[in-house]
Formats: sequence, structure tokens, C-alpha cells
Amino acid sequence: MSLDSPKEPAIELVGIDKKFGAVHANRNINLTVAKGSIHGIIGENGAGKSTLMSILYGFYHADQGEIRIFGKPVAIRDSQTAIASGIGMVHQHFMLVENFTVLENVMLGAEGGQLLRKGVATARKELKRLEDDYGLEVDPDAVIEELPVGSQQRVEILKALYRGAEILILDEPTGVLTPAEADHLFKVLRVLRDQGKTIILITHKLREIMAITDTVSVMRRGEMVATRRTAETTVEELAELMVGRRVLLRVEKGGANPGKVLLSVRNLTVKDSRGVTMVDDVSFDVRAGEIVGIAGVAGNGQSELLEAIAGIRKPASGEIFIDGQPAAGIDPAGLRDLGLAHIPEDRHHMGLVLKFEEYENSILGYHRDERYGRGAMLDLDAIRKDAEEKIAKYDIRPPNARLRTANFSGGNQQKIVVAREIERDPKMLIIGQPTRGVDIGAIEFIHKRIIEMRDAGKAVLLVSVELDEIRSLSDRILVMFAGKVVGEKSGEAGEQTLGLMMAGIAA
Amino acid sequence: MSTASVSLPAWINYGVIPLLNLVLAFFFSGLVVWAIGENPFEALQLLLIGALGRGEGIGFTLFYTTSFIFTGLSVAVAIHAGLFNIGSEGQAYLGGLGAALVALSLDHYVPWYVTMPFAVIGAALFGAACAAIPAWLQAKRGSHIVITTIMFNFIVSSLMNYVLVRLLIVPGKMAPETRTFLEGGQLPKLDWLIALFGGRLGAAPLNFSFLIALLMCFLVWVLIWRTKLGYEMRTLGISPSAASYAGIRYAKIVMITMLISGGLAGMMALNPVMGASARLQIEFVGGAGFVGIAVSLMGRNHPAGIILAALLFGILYQGGAELSFDMPRITRDMIVVIQGMVILFAGALEYMLRPAIVRLYQQVTGK
Ligand SMILES: Nc1ncnc2c1ncn2[C@@H]1O[C@H](COP(=O)(O)OP(=O)(O)OP(=O)(O)O)[C@@H](O)[C@H]1O
Ligand SMILES: [Mg+2]
Repeated sequence: MSLDSPKEPAIELVGIDKKFGAVHANRNINLTVAKGSIHGIIGENGAGKSTLMSILYGFYHADQGEIRIFGKPVAIRDSQTAIASGIGMVHQHFMLVENFTVLENVMLGAEGGQLLRKGVATARKELKRLEDDYGLEVDPDAVIEELPVGSQQRVEILKALYRGAEILILDEPTGVLTPAEADHLFKVLRVLRDQGKTIILITHKLREIMAITDTVSVMRRGEMVATRRTAETTVEELAELMVGRRVLLRVEKGGANPGKVLLSVRNLTVKDSRGVTMVDDVSFDVRAGEIVGIAGVAGNGQSELLEAIAGIRKPASGEIFIDGQPAAGIDPAGLRDLGLAHIPEDRHHMGLVLKFEEYENSILGYHRDERYGRGAMLDLDAIRKDAEEKIAKYDIRPPNARLRTANFSGGNQQKIVVAREIERDPKMLIIGQPTRGVDIGAIEFIHKRIIEMRDAGKAVLLVSVELDEIRSLSDRILVMFAGKVVGEKSGEAGEQTLGLMMAGIAA
Repeated sequence: MSTASVSLPAWINYGVIPLLNLVLAFFFSGLVVWAIGENPFEALQLLLIGALGRGEGIGFTLFYTTSFIFTGLSVAVAIHAGLFNIGSEGQAYLGGLGAALVALSLDHYVPWYVTMPFAVIGAALFGAACAAIPAWLQAKRGSHIVITTIMFNFIVSSLMNYVLVRLLIVPGKMAPETRTFLEGGQLPKLDWLIALFGGRLGAAPLNFSFLIALLMCFLVWVLIWRTKLGYEMRTLGISPSAASYAGIRYAKIVMITMLISGGLAGMMALNPVMGASARLQIEFVGGAGFVGIAVSLMGRNHPAGIILAALLFGILYQGGAELSFDMPRITRDMIVVIQGMVILFAGALEYMLRPAIVRLYQQVTGK
């Protein structure tokens, strides 16, 4: 598919095909992206977007097809040839050396000679120029691990530009960003485009597609099914193209029927590993049959609050009661026995063991349960059968319980976690970023499940940096700022009001 | 980078690639042999005949294999939980004391098959005890297990010197060793196993502990892949943060894993102490604990792989001894060089050939 455009094409993909065993990840893909434009790619989880970009960047080899860059056919053997052809990639999981400075990271692999000093001087100058030209300000001497995520991402972009990238690929860049950071990113991308760079942006957020892209392509089950000029399409049309049916962008929900208090947090204070107070004297209740959302800009203590309730992080002081019983200091296994289920924010580090096969992850945390094997033994047949049922029910693709979890697409990995925690029928569910990296069809599905949990009389505590998600699911919203709960609003609160509270301006 | 993600069929991964690595190792060893003026083909022939040619040679080969299986399993179990146990050497050494104490106290009264289970337990307990302090230091204090287990190798070595020279030595004898165990404290030789294949065991010390080693392979496989404990160990080994999310207790798993690992190392002592020399001798482990690291690495930490890797090192040990006997220019040190080559190519450089093989495979299959 291509739209005839006056400008010369920067990227032409012709007949790209890629199979992973039985999974046909890319089917005969044709795509043309004009120089100096921002092109969006959308599609369901597992549609093959990341695979296509990995082929362009030399991580995978296409089984068939041709890649042309600025009109010339190139054989992209590995990421070095991709970089040499002017392609840069900003990975969703940053590839930065945490304890190096920004400057060191940018230079890494492009030091220019055996002696560092000269390279450092030129790099510093070049970095300054890139910052000035594109508005990519970061302190070159700051250490990566001390930078917020948004700045780390800017370093990734700087790295690509430093290596002479003319084409920039961003795979779900805003998943980890705060709204303000995302705005900043988009500003940078526009400047880059106006200076003639070509940008491919993969995202699940249709709002972002509408806001920033010039053209957009839709992938479905490995195929490129449509390409549109952004100005001539709508969110509804794109959603339908992606999923193949109409999607509810905001799930219907009736009124809440709050019952008795199931989760009670009293004067909870939590410190991080460096001893900095992250949660500061927080108290609240969550009742059976209600969803309480915690809104806040990332890094204001929500993560630590969740971890403390889930038993992963020891609170410095304060109390937690689950169904009336004191629960602070109980470990995650004990809390599960009390009926607490936890969908963690970070599925790659906590919710899943990526090297395990899918069925092994489908019991993580519940592996001691008798239904998965008597006594000390595991009953693999029972576990696999159970996993396959969840795969069917949650439409996890590909439907293969023996596939390594790392080989599932991001959204499907999330569904594995959600299925595991919800299907246990807990009394209480605490959730961090339930739909990060998840496609709109699956968001609809997960949101429906969460509301079903509420209507079945469970207590749900939801943390999300997506204000839309908080607003469409929560019955009550608590806003966290700098470790404190700065206010409580009803689920109908306006975006403006919440935004001001999240910024610590109004209460 | 790009070829690392391609998955190859199992017969290439576990068959072709290790075999090619082995061929490379022998090729470079051959160069070394050739450089000192011996015929490498003749040397290889002597090595193989020495290790596998006669019943007695096979008996020696399997005797060494037995020791390496125990120490290989010991290292592998720890690795599955993300722990690098370098202390199998010392744990085996202390395990010898456990086995010997049982043999010395029971051999007067009961036949070997009554002594054996107690000896297995004794050896395992002493081996586990030796691993317990490093395990506790890692679990509770975060002291690195690699460092502490190495230190314990030295501590055990000194302790055993003291025990043998001062306490267990036979009065009036010069050699720091215990008295010879009576038949009730010995493990029987496996003449029948070799006889089954028409050979004669002769003076080779292959004994009942070989069968115990095979049983342990099976039990370790069950432990790692079929039990809840094994699941917890693997989770911790791959992702400590996922383990903490799942409520898997770090300290508990570290302790249990290291006790099992130490126990397996301790059982190695059954082979030389009760199976071969029928007494506890100084420095009887002779490096088998360290060979266990290579065996586990080469065997991909899987019991089936460990059996094969242990067999390979058994062949190198026995065949190498024969070789240095027949070709005087090839000294014991040369044999160590050859073993080093095998470790280098089959262990450390195991991925060296992979990209080329992946490309070949893709061309052949037309992908
Ligand atoms: N290395 C691999 N081995 C086997 N299958 C794979 C591998 N990589 C990807 N796949 C499969 O290929 C398909 C496409 O995956 P891909 O990651 O490209 O999807 P995606 O469109 O980026 O999805 P998401 O939006 O969830 O990130 C999926 O079914 C996935 O499971
Ligand atoms: Mg993807």
C-alpha cells in the first residue's frame, strides 16, 4: 500500500515476509514512507509491527522481500549495516549503560579512535549542536540512572542522531512516559521532521497517531491492511481497521455498589532502597464492589505504594488491613492466601519470567496450589490444560502454551499476567498499569474484566499514569503527589481538575 | 545479534554443535601434539584405546565419570537457582569424612548394603554442612557465594589435614589416612556390568556408586523440572524480582539449594573412599570438584548432558593417563592442556560456531 506522494521515498519495503515456525508474523508487506514525514504504524498485539521494524533494523532477517533506503536496495545484515544506511532505532526498553554519563552513552561504539580525549571533545561539540538544532536538552554529564525516563529516551534519540540517522524508528515510545514527557517528545519529533528526518512511530494510542503523524498504516495478523493520510481518517475508522470490528473506546459501566471495607491503609510510609520517603503517611480504604483509582505523574510514590500493599516492599511505618486482618509485613505468598491478587506494573521484571514457557508463567505465585500438583510435585498436564483454557478465554496469541514467553508480543504478555491474576477469583485486586502496551481491542477486554470483578463484589485498586484509563474505570479517584494523597475526587472528575492536582498545584 | 534469535532444531543444538566443538578441541590439541613431535593420530588412537579399548580401561573411565557426575550435578543444581558453587571440591572432601566415619563405625557389624544408605546420608550431610555457612552468608548477609565457597575449599583442606594427621591416622603409621575398611564398609565392584559387555574389570575401581550417581541424575531431573521447589529455584535463578513478586523466599531457596548442591558434592566421596581405596586418604578429591564446573557447563546444566560430559572427561582422564604412559613426551601436563582445550571449545566458546551454522542451516532449508 502506498499513497502517491510528491516527495521522494525514504523507505520502501517490498514484499517483506517473515515466519517464526508456524507463526506468520509478516505477510508480503509493502510500505513506502516519504522523506521528511512522520508515519504511524498501528495494529493489534501480535500483528507484526515490532517484527517488521526489527527486520528494518537488522535484528531479524526477512525470509523474502526487499528493502530500499532512499531509492537504493540495501541488504541489512545487522544493526551496524542499518546504522550505516542511516537508520536509527529507539528501543522500548532502553539500551543504555545505566552508570555511564549521557556523553559516554552517546559515544559508546562510536568513540572515534583509540584515545578517548579527542573523541570526547568532538562528541561534546556535536551533542551541543544536536541539542540546539532539535531542542533535545539533556545535561551531557548527568549519569543515566539518575535521569527521569523521558530524558533517558532523549538520550536514545541523541544516540541515533549522533550516528547520523536520517530515519528514526520509535517502537511504542510513549508507553513509559508521563503526558508532559510525551508532549515534549512530540515537539522534538516535529522539529526533526521539519529538518527533513523521516520518522516511523509505532503506538497503540490513536490519539497520538492523530496528533502527530502525517500518514498511518494499519497491520492486522501479519498483513498491511490499509494506509491513510492522517488528516483524512478518524479514530473510529482506524480502530475498526485494526480490530476488524467496532470497538468501544470507553467501556460502559453502571454505578458502584460499595460494600464493606476490604483493603484499609493507615498512615503508611514507604521508603525506597536509598532511604528516600516515597509514600508519606498515606491512608485510604477500598470497599468491596468499587474501583479506586490512583492518579499521579509517574514517580510520585504510586509504584512503592503498590509494592508495599503487595508485600514486596516493607513499609517503614503504618498499617495495612486486608478484610480486617493486619497484613503489613506478610509476604506475597501469604497475601495471595488472604485473597489478594496483584497485576504488577512491570511485567518484564516482576509479572513474568521471560525465559519460561507460557504455561510456567501461568502459575507464577500460585505454583504451590494443590490444583497444580499434589504435595511437592508439579502436575504438568494439569498446568498446561489450565494454561490452554486461559489462552482461549483471553484470546492470547499465538495460542501455544509451550512458546517461550519472550516470544509473545508485548500485549499478549500482559494478557498472560491479567489472565493469571483475574482467573484466580481473588477478593481483592491491585493493578499497576493494566494496559501498558496493550492494543485497543485488548484494552476494551481487560477493562471489561476489571469492571466485572467490581460488579462481582471485589475490591479493586488501580494505579495508572493514563488519566483516561483512571477516569473511565474508577468510582473514586485519589491523586498522589510527592508521596502524599493530595485529594479525592469522584470518578466523574474533569481532566483539568485532576491535571492540576497531579501537578501539585490545586487540592 | 541477528543469528542469536534464530532457533535451531534440537538435533543441531544438542548434537551437531557440541560435536563440532569437540572436533575443534581435538584438532587444536592435535596441533600441540604435533608441535612436540609426536603423531597426533597415533596419540588419539592411544587415548581412545586406553580409555575404551579393554574392560579394565572402561572400568577406570567410568570410575572417573562417576565422580564427575556427582560434582557436575552439584554445580548444576546451584546454577539453576542462580548460584555459582565453586566449593564442590571442599564439599566432596568433607563428604569423605562423613562416609568414612559411617564406614569405620559400621563395617565390623553389618554387610555393605546396610552401611551404604547410612554412608550416602553421612557423605551428603557432611557435604551439605560444608555448603551451609557460605549459603547462610549469601542468604542473610549478601556475601558472594563464589568467594565464600572458594575460601571454604581452603578451610576444609586444612581441617582434613588436621583430622587425618591427628585424629584418624592409624597409630604407628606414616601415611595420613584411616585404616582400611572391612568389607562391610566397602562398595562392591561392578564386575558384572563390564562382564555384560564381555569385558573384564580387572583392577579397575568401578563400583556401586556409579549406579547411585545415575540415580541422582534422575532425582535431580525430577527436582528441577517436576517439583514446586525446582520451579522456585529456576524462577529465582532467572529472575530474582519475579521470584520476590511470586512470594518465593530468597533466603530459604538459597539455603535449600546450597544444601542439596553440597550434599551431591559430598556423595562424590563414596566413589573413591568406599568404592576404590576403602579408606579415607588425604587430598582424595584430586580436582574432581573443579572438573564438575566444566562438566555442568558443557552438559548445559542438564543431567543427561552432565552424564555425557562426565563421560567425556572420564575418557580424557583415563585415556590421558595411558597416553602419557605410552608416549613419554606427552606428560601429565600435556593432558591437562588437552582437557583445557575441551573446556575452552565446548564450554566457553560454545557459541562461537553458532552464527555460521545458523547461516548454513538457513541456506539449506531455504529460509
Ligand atoms: N523470536 C520469535 N519467535 C517466535 N515467535 C515470535 C518471535 N518474535 C515474534 N514472534 C511472534 O510474531 C508475532 C508478531 O509479533 P510482534 O512482536 O511483531 O507483534 P507487535 O505487532 O509488535 O505486537 P505488540 O503490539 O503486542 O508489541 C507474534 O505472534 C509473536 O508471538
Ligand atoms: Mg511490539
